[in-house]
Amino acid sequence: MTDEVTISARNVVKAFGQGNAAVRALDDVSLDIRKGEFFTLLGPSGCGKTTLLRLIAGFEMPTEGTILLDGADITTLPPNRRPVNTVFQSYALFPHLTVAQNVAFGLQMLGRPAPEVKATTERMLALVKLEAMAGRKTSQLSGGQQQRVALARALAPQPKVLLLDEPLSALDLKLRKEMQVELKRLQTETGITFVFVTHDQEEALTMSDRIGVMSHGKLQQVGAPRDIYTRPVNRFVASFIGETNFLSGVTEGAGVRLPVGAVVPVDSPRAGTVTLAVRPEHVRIVAPGEAGAIPATVTGSVYFGTDMNYQLALADGTEIEACVVSGVTGEGALSKGEQVGLRFTPGAVQVLED
Amino acid sequence: MARARDFSVTELPGATLVSMLVFVALYAPILVLIVYSFNAGESVAVWGGLSLDWYRAAWANDQVKEATWVSLKVATGAAVLSTALATMAALGTTRRPAFRGQTFVYVMINQPLMVPEIVTAVALLLVTAAIKKATGYTGLGYLIVAHAAFCIPFAYLPIRARLEGMDLTLETAAADLYASRWQTFRRVTLPLLMPGILAGAMLAFVTSLDDVVITEFIKSPGQDTLPTYMLGQLRRAMKPDVNAISTLLLALTLVLLSAFFLLTRKRK
Amino acid sequence: MSPAEEAVRRENIKSAWQLSAPALLVLTVAAVGPLLIVLVYSFLTPGTHGNVEWVFSLEGWRGVLFDHDIFEDKLVLADGNLTIFWRSVKLSFITTVLTFIVGFPTAWFIATRSPASRAGWLFLITIPFWTNLLIRTFAINQIIRNEGVLNTLLLKAGLVSAPLQLTYTDTALLIGMVYVYLPLMVLPLFATIDRFDMRLLEAGYDLYASRWQVLRRVILPIIRPGIVAGSILVFVPCLGAYVTPRILGGGKNMMIGNFIELQFGQGKNWPLGAALSVTLLVIVTIALLVYVKAISGERKNG
Repeated sequence: MTDEVTISARNVVKAFGQGNAAVRALDDVSLDIRKGEFFTLLGPSGCGKTTLLRLIAGFEMPTEGTILLDGADITTLPPNRRPVNTVFQSYALFPHLTVAQNVAFGLQMLGRPAPEVKATTERMLALVKLEAMAGRKTSQLSGGQQQRVALARALAPQPKVLLLDEPLSALDLKLRKEMQVELKRLQTETGITFVFVTHDQEEALTMSDRIGVMSHGKLQQVGAPRDIYTRPVNRFVASFIGETNFLSGVTEGAGVRLPVGAVVPVDSPRAGTVTLAVRPEHVRIVAPGEAGAIPATVTGSVYFGTDMNYQLALADGTEIEACVVSGVTGEGALSKGEQVGLRFTPGAVQVLED
Repeated sequence: MARARDFSVTELPGATLVSMLVFVALYAPILVLIVYSFNAGESVAVWGGLSLDWYRAAWANDQVKEATWVSLKVATGAAVLSTALATMAALGTTRRPAFRGQTFVYVMINQPLMVPEIVTAVALLLVTAAIKKATGYTGLGYLIVAHAAFCIPFAYLPIRARLEGMDLTLETAAADLYASRWQTFRRVTLPLLMPGILAGAMLAFVTSLDDVVITEFIKSPGQDTLPTYMLGQLRRAMKPDVNAISTLLLALTLVLLSAFFLLTRKRK
Repeated sequence: MSPAEEAVRRENIKSAWQLSAPALLVLTVAAVGPLLIVLVYSFLTPGTHGNVEWVFSLEGWRGVLFDHDIFEDKLVLADGNLTIFWRSVKLSFITTVLTFIVGFPTAWFIATRSPASRAGWLFLITIPFWTNLLIRTFAINQIIRNEGVLNTLLLKAGLVSAPLQLTYTDTALLIGMVYVYLPLMVLPLFATIDRFDMRLLEAGYDLYASRWQVLRRVILPIIRPGIVAGSILVFVPCLGAYVTPRILGGGKNMMIGNFIELQFGQGKNWPLGAALSVTLLVIVTIALLVYVKAISGERKNG
């Protein structure tokens, strides 16, 4: 992976419909994707992530803005002239062709000589471990196998960028985990830039080099998974990725004072009312009355096996969730109504922009 | 132990009886016709034993042979022409944003279904009579073009249905894999559309083969198709060789229809 | 909209028209265009040996409603023509009603079969639909004519002493038309009943409706679009029927179709034939408009 940019979207706007009925699926999005990285576009359905992918692929034309590939403007280039391939959500395997014919399709369209087509097809089938299925019709394959054919087909022409549109969403949990590992392996082996679209935050965190979080047609935050998780820039990112407690308070000296009176020691960049975000696993439960702890009442608990989730309430009714590693025998579990004190892991509290 | 019959919600009293009678009534005359085509006697009512006499008589009849040829030529020409036109029109009117004039195209394509055949026949008589007089051309061209026109809606229907059921992503995928428009059509759309096109061609062929009225009005002398030949025969005495020809036409229709159903059968 | 988007949109519209153009051309030349020519011909003067003289005349149209009484040199209502129109409309209407009466139970029966056997029953209805109209008319004629199967059986059974005279009667014509056009009623009825949610029947019976009330108040209102579609599909071709009345009705019991043909054959009055054709087309168009209105009204309510 280098710092060289391969895909660059500049002020891209995509509106569907006309006049007052127009919907802005993408609203002034600018983004640089680096050569050889595994980049994920993450967001809820309707956030514009698939639209951005389709603009890069050339299936749609942007209403405004430009898209560059290795510095060249490809904004209006038709999809069949872009060295970019897509793995479709529904796989879109040609039902009238065999597995091998599907994989060979792109190479044939590029006019590659027959021996090369054959050799590359075999290599790709080996890469996704489907050599034995070459002569089968795609309808005879399982979901996971179809997924591999779709991957092999898109990788065969050795595109500069591989676009993946929620490719794992149709698979069951176990297969999905396997394919996550597989995809990462393929990306590392081929060195091709992957742009992966998903609404699954866990998938995004485990696979990506960098993530772009999207909402309402806007790019909210771009960064490495750890940055996104530990330092979300706004309320949307903090709540969309992982569980988060939000607390509002007022900047005061070297901390933020909560309405219940306690002061959370945090370096607040702004004066006045701010929102604090703290993950449940960074909420520690201590004895009531411990110095500096915030008094709270246990209102409920959920057992998750390795973890135990507690719902707590502050004196003013603010709800807080805490996640603690459960004990071996479950002894010392807190019961409803018990009075406790809360502390936040130092450095784990984020002050949000809004 | 006696037990009241179960109350079935979906049953309507008498529906089963009526429908059984309907099926008997629909098929009995056709079966009688088929059976009597193998009758040895002169009569079309009295059974005189099994024979193939009437098939032989039909086979020996030059007029029948000529009419068969005309029928097949016209039906083939009309089916090919109308299917080609209907395929293009179906590609033009499906799977794209609605455009101004789309309703006009639909109405035009389905127009032959809405106008009584006799009116179309009269209209074509006037036009062909004028053209024949002006150009002197009296070939099968008139019949082929006229048949193609009224076959278009029949060919269009299954092709359009097939196109609408087709996954658009497949063509997007082809474009993504460097296929040009023509390559996408040739390598992806056309092979997937083929069952629809064949089904459309079958229906067009059967529709053309069935036509009596329009052919009767615009044919030039000596251009009898099997149906117009039979109509001419019926005007005179009833002869059982008509039964034999009818049976053969029936068999042909049945084969084509079965092929159509196999082609359009939904996959599980 | 960016220029690129606009170009894609325009390209789409252009290709839609380019692809439709050949079909539209053939339909214009061999279907729609000739209809306009019929209208023109209806205003011309009949030629002596058929065809027309290119001289404007209203004779054709006058002939639709009036006869020229040569003795008193005045126009009288053309009883013959009006009778034929009236007969055609009446017979078509009765045929439509009869096909519904037997077609509805049949469509219901097919729609309530198991999905596996349903296709088979439907195929049985479809075969006659696609079978040559002439052959089917011919087949029914063999059954009902004097020396036909029906009369032979009746005579043998001693139920009648002389053959029933059915051919060349309106009864024969009705039997024939019901027989020929029945599939056109059953198929659209089946299509709507097939989409009918059978749980509504359970709801109806649950709310104390009798079988008749369920039919009247639940089934028939919901399948109305199918009834309208079937009625139009039967009524329109009945009205323009030519082959069936020619074989079963003989020369006397004509319908409009045969009367029109007569003007181009023995009658040698092309303008009158053209005017009659236009009249028939107008009646059919009105029927179709009623249909469209009934269907769209249904959509609004639904």
